[in-house]
Amino acid sequence: MTPMQKLLQLPVNAMNMVKTAQDQMGQQDEAKSPVMTPDGGNHNWYNGEPNDPRHIRFGSGGGDQEERAHLEEGGGSLSSLVTQPLRHDDLKEMLDSNKDSLKLEAMKRIVAMIARGKNASDLFPAVVKNVACKNIEVKKLVYVYLVRYAEEQQDLALLSISTFQRGLKDPNQLIRASALRVLSSIRVTIIVPIMMLAIKEAASDMSPYVRKTAAHAIPKLYSLDPEQKDCLIEVIEKLLADKTTLVAGSVVMAFEEVCPERIDLIHKNYRKLCNLLIDVEEWGQVVIINMLTRYARTQFLNPNMNESLLEEGGGEKAFYGSDNDDDTDDEEDKEEKEKKKTEATAIVKRKPYVMDPDHRLLLRNTKPLLQSRNAAVVMAVAQLYFHLAPKAEVGVIAKALVRLMRSHSEVQYVVLQNVATMSIKRRGMFEPYLKSFYIRSTDPTQIKVLKLEVLTNLANETNISTILREFQTYIKSNDKDFVAATIQAIGRCATNIGEVRDTCLNGLVQLLSNRDELVVAESVVVIKKLLQMQPEQHSDIIKHMAKLTDNIQVPMARASILWLIGEYCEHVPKIAPDVLRKMAKTFTNEEDIVKLQIINLAAKLYLTNSKQTKLLTQYVLNLAKYDQNYDIRDRARFIRQLIVPTDKSGALSKYAKKLFLALKPAPVLESPFKDRDHFQLGSLSHLLNAKAGGYQVLPDWPEAAPDPSVRNVEVPEWTKCSSREKRKEKKADKPFYSDSEGESGPTESADSASDTASGSESGSGSEESGSGSESEESNEESESASEEDEEEEGKKKKKNVEKIKARKPVPESESEPSSGEDVKKSEKKSKPRIGSSESESEEDDDSESESSESEEEESEEESEEETKKKKKTTASKPPSKPPKKENKKEKKEMSLLDFDDFDPAPSPSQVTPLNNFLSSSLVTDLEGLSLTDNVLSPTTIVPSGNLKTYELLHRITGEGLSVEYCFSRQPFSPDPHMVAVKIQFTNSATSEAKSLHMEDAKLQSGMRIKEFPEIEVLPAGETVSVVMGIDFCDSTQAANFQLCTHTRKFFVSIQPPVGELMMPIFMTENEFKKEQEMLLQSLGQLMGMNEITEKLTLEEKCQGEHAVVQRVTTAANLSRVPCGSDKECSHPVPPPPFPIHRFAGKTVTSGSLVLVSVVTKEDGAAQLTVNCEKMVIGTMLVKDILQALTQ
Amino acid sequence: MINSLFLINPSGEIFLEKHWKSVVSRSVCDYFLEAKEKALEPEDVPPVIHTPHHYLISIYRDKLFFLSVIQTEVPPLFVIEFLHRVAEMIQDYFGECSETVVKDHMVMVYELLEEMLDNGFPLATESNVLKEMIRPPTILRSVVNTLTGTSNVGDTLPTGQLSTIPWRRAGVRYTNNEAYFDVVEEIDAILDQSGTTVFAEIQGVVEACVKLSGMPDLTLSFMNPRLLDDVSFHPCVRYKLWESERVLSFIPPDGNFTLMTYHVNAQNLVAIPVYVKQSISFFECGSDGRLDVTVGPKQTMGKTVEGVMVTVHLPKTILSINLTATQGSYTYDNGTKLLVWDIGKLNPQKLPNLRGSLSLQAGAPKPEENPSLNIDLKIQQLAISGLKVNRLDMFGEKYKPFKGVKYITKAGKFQVRT
Repeated sequence: MTPMQKLLQLPVNAMNMVKTAQDQMGQQDEAKSPVMTPDGGNHNWYNGEPNDPRHIRFGSGGGDQEERAHLEEGGGSLSSLVTQPLRHDDLKEMLDSNKDSLKLEAMKRIVAMIARGKNASDLFPAVVKNVACKNIEVKKLVYVYLVRYAEEQQDLALLSISTFQRGLKDPNQLIRASALRVLSSIRVTIIVPIMMLAIKEAASDMSPYVRKTAAHAIPKLYSLDPEQKDCLIEVIEKLLADKTTLVAGSVVMAFEEVCPERIDLIHKNYRKLCNLLIDVEEWGQVVIINMLTRYARTQFLNPNMNESLLEEGGGEKAFYGSDNDDDTDDEEDKEEKEKKKTEATAIVKRKPYVMDPDHRLLLRNTKPLLQSRNAAVVMAVAQLYFHLAPKAEVGVIAKALVRLMRSHSEVQYVVLQNVATMSIKRRGMFEPYLKSFYIRSTDPTQIKVLKLEVLTNLANETNISTILREFQTYIKSNDKDFVAATIQAIGRCATNIGEVRDTCLNGLVQLLSNRDELVVAESVVVIKKLLQMQPEQHSDIIKHMAKLTDNIQVPMARASILWLIGEYCEHVPKIAPDVLRKMAKTFTNEEDIVKLQIINLAAKLYLTNSKQTKLLTQYVLNLAKYDQNYDIRDRARFIRQLIVPTDKSGALSKYAKKLFLALKPAPVLESPFKDRDHFQLGSLSHLLNAKAGGYQVLPDWPEAAPDPSVRNVEVPEWTKCSSREKRKEKKADKPFYSDSEGESGPTESADSASDTASGSESGSGSEESGSGSESEESNEESESASEEDEEEEGKKKKKNVEKIKARKPVPESESEPSSGEDVKKSEKKSKPRIGSSESESEEDDDSESESSESEEEESEEESEEETKKKKKTTASKPPSKPPKKENKKEKKEMSLLDFDDFDPAPSPSQVTPLNNFLSSSLVTDLEGLSLTDNVLSPTTIVPSGNLKTYELLHRITGEGLSVEYCFSRQPFSPDPHMVAVKIQFTNSATSEAKSLHMEDAKLQSGMRIKEFPEIEVLPAGETVSVVMGIDFCDSTQAANFQLCTHTRKFFVSIQPPVGELMMPIFMTENEFKKEQEMLLQSLGQLMGMNEITEKLTLEEKCQGEHAVVQRVTTAANLSRVPCGSDKECSHPVPPPPFPIHRFAGKTVTSGSLVLVSVVTKEDGAAQLTVNCEKMVIGTMLVKDILQALTQ
Repeated sequence: MINSLFLINPSGEIFLEKHWKSVVSRSVCDYFLEAKEKALEPEDVPPVIHTPHHYLISIYRDKLFFLSVIQTEVPPLFVIEFLHRVAEMIQDYFGECSETVVKDHMVMVYELLEEMLDNGFPLATESNVLKEMIRPPTILRSVVNTLTGTSNVGDTLPTGQLSTIPWRRAGVRYTNNEAYFDVVEEIDAILDQSGTTVFAEIQGVVEACVKLSGMPDLTLSFMNPRLLDDVSFHPCVRYKLWESERVLSFIPPDGNFTLMTYHVNAQNLVAIPVYVKQSISFFECGSDGRLDVTVGPKQTMGKTVEGVMVTVHLPKTILSINLTATQGSYTYDNGTKLLVWDIGKLNPQKLPNLRGSLSLQAGAPKPEENPSLNIDLKIQQLAISGLKVNRLDMFGEKYKPFKGVKYITKAGKFQVRT
């Protein structure tokens, strides 16, 4: 503090002193307002301020205000409340002045008062006058004041309303928003209609920021006047349809506060919310995820349904619990309950579970958010997975939760609570992170106890020894509460795991000699519980404990010991009466619970050993009769009547023995977190284990899925939206088509396929949409482009396959992979096989027409839209049948599945004529249709797996030009030794890009490159694909070159995965075996050099045959060797015990053979063998395939 | 959601209150103060307290309690995370988060709180957006403000809130364009008596200080991204690119921020840079004990270990201690029984040692547990996991920025049990 400031303060202090003195001197008549009369010195001092330059300086520093406030405080304590209004005269005057700096200073002081919690309401009239002040900061502070006090001064607050109403019409969106914000924050009931109007208007404002503010205003108005609910729901409905990320979080918040029960409002916005989620600000994410969890619980089926039905765990209960809610099924329900087991399995057989694609969408889109820096977001995703994901997938959240545990201790506290609940249900999930729950001596006690809880939950036969060793360290801690908790934890481990019961018991007995009484007491209590489980083996422990009664003073422990002795007095017949004798001596000094147990002990001894203890018992009962505590007196009276035979003793005394010495069941030591998961995890209610106000109950899974079509959106314009998404190169108008196509999709697939075929059709549909949407959003477009291209080709290929089939019977298991099946298909496997083969032929007919059509397209080079129309017409060609009830659901699912695959992103050949190479390869393919299979290009057998797209140039880097590439797996016709690389340019800039070409290739020795022809012009918003060839020389070295536009050059590089360095060749099983042997022998002694064998465990999802084939062929450009063909010919040979999948190919440059075989055994065990002359390629390939199979 | 916020100092004084909805009387804090009285340490106060009409969620940070009052169901972490953001915001604005700082800038803090929440729901929590609306104080600006009567409130309207990149303010200009990245790794470990590792892991964080003009798009790549097991990012980082290519691609916020935190793969063995030889013993009969601690370098990758500090919470029954240190100095607070031995740089030739006698209160029993030692240390120019930044590329802007990377290894929760 500067000396000057000190000087300035002096008069004030002095003034106060003087005034106090005056007060005391007894100017009684002025007592009502004595302290600061308007003409007092203080007033003068303030009057002087404007003229005094020093004062301005004084006022602007924060520190001075602080001093000021203290003085005020001091003043306040001296003067009475009545005087307070006058004390603010200086401030009023400042507010009335026409200098902004003075006003500002006054407002700052007033706000500082508010912040400190001082009452400044009397200044309201003076402040509200300044609501229209030009100075922004003054205005802001006035707003702050208004919002704080408007509720108390409703009439005066109305003066300000017109200012805000004017603000609502301002051309600047920020002013509109802030006016609405303040207006809605003024809690004055009279203006409810004005607020309502303002909100409605703002909800359709052009600016998303204003709309966001409107969303914020909704709960404010609702809390002010709940009767506006219906109107507000309309606004919410409107805002829910908003397409921007800015609004999404706020409106869902409003939804949760106003109408959380109106889950139906979400249907149409569900997919949009899922897709926008990652770009919403973090707080909004939390709210949306929590809401979607609830939504999903009402709309989808339990993904763990099958498992929970089969096991007799709690899951089953939950499943049937949901039945109970359903009144209509009550009858059926009861029946079902009677024959639970059989019915359960029947259900499983009847309806194999297929996850709704929307359910999958939610899981997929939330998963990356586990990486958020915001603990609340991570927790929200974690609870979503816990409540919604299939068992096998829940594991992913463990890592993220363990990460949160390294955060602030409050975060740890909340996370540990949730982990404790989760670890009961899903112990395996956290087992790998056991050590992360070890306790440090510096942890706060509440954290220690929670960690202990988790450790106990995680304990099992394998890790118990490590955990017990840890516990041993904890027992020595100085924190006695924690030690007590540890002892209880040991007790729980001992009850849960029989193997260690004796060890634990011995350990606890040792603790009985601990110096700390609390420790001993806690041990006694726990030992008591443990002994109850097997008392006969442990009479020595009971004896030992009997001795302890001399020393232990903790009542609970004494009581426990006495109970034990009484209960097992037969095991210690000599000691028990002696203990009773000692206790009788000290009876009057004991605590109540101990007294009760003494009476109990006496009663039990009297019944078993009345000779020795009769007198003692009488004595004890007499003492108890005159006890101060009525419970004890009652007990004594009751027991006396029961055990001491008298003339008129009631009927009960006959049963005294039975009453007292009945076998008592051992207590079950349970976790306090058991069954807490009926609260939504991460919620306040869960933490408190009590329902908090406004908590929305997490509903049980429905038994039958509600109609999924409610989520279909007619005109999903939302996809244009968020520019962050634009960052991901999503072109605004594209998804529009994709979706409308998705709409037409269902009719198409439902109509074209016959009833029997529908199963397999939807299977293939699911494959396409599944993979399509799984692919990153960023390359969705190009992906789907290639997909479509692929699809068409696939159909042709299928046709070829069909031809092969016709020549020699090929089991359809072979042709199926060629259509690139997905996991989902394998889940549907329970479908009768015959049906699917039938469907195949049907599908084929279908595809024939389609492919012929695509030929047409090619020749005519129609525009995209036209193609689309055409497709639609083909779709509507077959006579549309009325939708059948039975298949309805499945078809609906299909409609969702088809969501992506008809994305009209142009197939390269249609977009541009530049694509000579590819189209020429298409031509060869088409030729293949009419030729014999000798000409059949090997590619035709390649499964049309999804091509992975890689980014070559990011949009931002490329200044609007983004480039992606993929390995098209087509033969590169100009040079067969080159790998074809399809490159797709997208110009998302506003101007057109000219003369796109490549130059200055920097290549490793031996590598060659065949440039793509220059693209002269790429108009804004257009996409074009070209094909180039690169001879990688059978190495995975990157090819570096420059990509040039008319203005810029970009250095880019293409690095091939090893799997793309080969091309498929067709061979039979016998040929394969021969080649394999040849390869092995060719190196003579070095045998084994070119064979690499790895054992692996297949991931659960990829145990099916199709999955294996699909994954291998996706990882490497190989073709499948038809394994069944030989088998078919030679019937007598028994099929091999385990199926072997063989794949063949050769490297592109040198043509060396690459042979891959995968032997699958039971339980997902498998063996992978790769034979290749090129060792490097072989090893890398093994790695890649391993990864593909185990991931 | 969040109804009110109270800032409370350790002695229980409420020095700031802010209400986002109807005013809640500050008497609600009594429940909290009661719980605080009961707790031995400020950290032991339960973060969530249930009162008849409200729920109190509090954090303890920088010797201050941030207490929020809520009335309805809300994820507790949501509130806790927000409270920490408030603390970080204060730290960011005023250089430190303390009672004096808040009292000095009462109005500004209040204005900031007003902007951060609307009706209890977070509105603007990004530091860049807030700074656009309310400029942080600098010495120069406060002088200018005093002379001209202008203020700290931005006179331009904040456009950051409207942007799709809310974390970066628009129109950033620097004469020197620089980007610095600090890779800071912390070793969390528990060693047992014999020196074997019970548990060890490495937590890393990449702190960035980016002062670049315009809208730079940065790409940071690592030599060995496979090391990173579990990561979390600032919202600016593009998840997808990390997933596909293991590079960090982002448009950075302006100024200081935490780019990512990571956890190193658990399979990798953690190199423990120091070893500790210790013996703390109390004699059964006499009221006496001995302490002997030696610290030496273990796996340091050829770097010097600096800033070594040993902290011991001695048992409550200790009366006095008499120790001598061969290197550095020790302080002992008899009130809290906290012994701090500040060693400084580790010299491999001459190992620092602290030994001497401890005397217990007369008649007090021998403590059962020996106190564990908490080690603090620092190694410059080394990331103990071996993580290396490969390169930083900038796109979108024409100038050439100055780039720098620094590595530091520290001890996190590094505890030696005795």
